[in-house]
Amino acid sequence: MIFLSNLINGLSLGSVYAIIALGYSMVYGISKMLNFAHGDVIMVGAYISFCGTAYLGLPAWLALILAIVVCTALGMVIEGLAYRPLRGTGSLAVLITAIGVSYFLQNAALIIWGSAPKVFSSLFEGFGSSISLFDGELTVTWEAIFTLIAAILVMIGMTLFTSRTKAGKAMRAVSEDNGAAQLMGINVNTTISMTFAIGSALAAVAGVLLCSSYPALMPTTGAMPGIKAFTAAVFGGIGSIPGAMLGGILIGVIEILGRAYISSELSDAIVFGVLIIVLLVKPTGLLGKKMTEKV
Amino acid sequence: MGTVLTVRDINVYYGAIHAIKGISFDVNRGEIVTLIGANGAGKSTTLHTVSGLLRSKTGDIEFLESSIARTPAHKIVSLGISHVPEGRRIFQGMTVEENLQMGAFVTKPDRIANNLEYVYEQFPRLKERTKQIAGTLSGGEQQMLAMGRALMSDPRLLMLDEPSMGLAPILVDQIFEIIQNLNKAGTTILLVEQNAQMALSVADRAYVIETGRITLSGTGKELAQSDEVRKAYLGG
Ligand SMILES: Nc1ncnc2c1ncn2[C@@H]1O[C@H](COP(=O)(O)OP(=O)(O)OP(=O)(O)O)[C@@H](O)[C@H]1O
Ligand SMILES: [Mg+2]
Repeated sequence: MIFLSNLINGLSLGSVYAIIALGYSMVYGISKMLNFAHGDVIMVGAYISFCGTAYLGLPAWLALILAIVVCTALGMVIEGLAYRPLRGTGSLAVLITAIGVSYFLQNAALIIWGSAPKVFSSLFEGFGSSISLFDGELTVTWEAIFTLIAAILVMIGMTLFTSRTKAGKAMRAVSEDNGAAQLMGINVNTTISMTFAIGSALAAVAGVLLCSSYPALMPTTGAMPGIKAFTAAVFGGIGSIPGAMLGGILIGVIEILGRAYISSELSDAIVFGVLIIVLLVKPTGLLGKKMTEKV
Repeated sequence: MGTVLTVRDINVYYGAIHAIKGISFDVNRGEIVTLIGANGAGKSTTLHTVSGLLRSKTGDIEFLESSIARTPAHKIVSLGISHVPEGRRIFQGMTVEENLQMGAFVTKPDRIANNLEYVYEQFPRLKERTKQIAGTLSGGEQQMLAMGRALMSDPRLLMLDEPSMGLAPILVDQIFEIIQNLNKAGTTILLVEQNAQMALSVADRAYVIETGRITLSGTGKELAQSDEVRKAYLGG
């Protein structure tokens, strides 16, 4: 039963990683850049939601929507101000800029909200704390259940978006060949901006879900989940939606089980160790397809 | 007759590399015009500049009497220029049908079904493979898909960059036959080729590009018979 309980916690944490990884992966796919600030957008989302409930007295769902709106705008602003002017220059300049944006967001949060952790109240508070199964031998939190459901819905939604809608197909086209996409009449700037918007909206959702389960909210809250989610995206095969999902879930499960059964100090090292092994065996990640680079 | 495209004194650079050194040419309505030249002469660069993916430092490019030299690439398509790039660059991960839909990205919705039918008429092979992932098509089929995709936007001017590249002779003949059919059906064509013999045999007019400059021009027939072209491009 303890194993089952750990597994459920792993699935839930993995679902958060998966949602973040999806955004990471889409943004990487379309702009070929690692948006290191993605994790910090999660943190901003969580703070906005926190302020919505704690200071504005909004119901939790409305605070979530507020967080989504703010992060969507934030993602587009970051892309437009920091990354777009560098498009076409070397990837090193973009990478350094992304790290800069990451620190900027963390420090802005530090100035606005201070370094002391805020206690985040769960999005699912209204449901009561948890449900108990097998005569109380197994307790499952509502957070875990809803986080898993959210991840599944996000995956279905993004799959439909990219396979059925014109905008979603444009996103795939730009991801695959930016120049050829322009020759189709696709506005690459708009499409990239839209992708950042979607990725950042997902980051807001992930931030609220993460802090619902792990309520200590600090300016650095997004950093580690951001890196883990990036790992998940690479693990699953960067650019692939099911890959990001699978990678996220696996990283979450490995982390929690590693912490429970091997060593709590080494759990992160185990995660990255598994990543390295997978990449040695299959360099494109679990579900990644080999993409020929095009100029 | 009317001029469709006028390129006047363009100079294009890749950083410090001066790739196009003052090229001028024009394409008239209903013509097949070809640019021939050796590897690295600047043929693809010229097409990229017309379609807006690259910019010229000088001169002007006019399409249907208005300047497009500063128009962003994604807007040039809806004006009526379709560019089939070198190496085809179809969307490998998408199906044949999705590739054609991408070609119709800026096409008016009520024209799409019509254009799709036209493309399938020209390329029956594609119709049998609508759900196939484009990356798994053969080279010839990929070329057909790239051309079909470009036709989905109702182009007034179709620019083809080395459509015969890497194809078996029988397929080359087929592709050139299709090019002539498209032209007969009213599409003006700007064709870039290394296969000078084929290109000159279908072209109304031709230009020879050497290291970023136009060195010769004339009708397809004239160039095919000129000594310089025979020596340099037709193997004696
Ligand atoms: N992205 C680039 N960066 C730097 N130089 C380039 C780039 N693309 C092309 N060039 C250079 O510009 C010149 C013209 O190249 P271009 O591709 O237009 O030639 P081409 O006539 O199409 O040749 P090919 O028949 O081999 O396709 C060449 O000297 C080439 O090396
Ligand atoms: Mg070329």
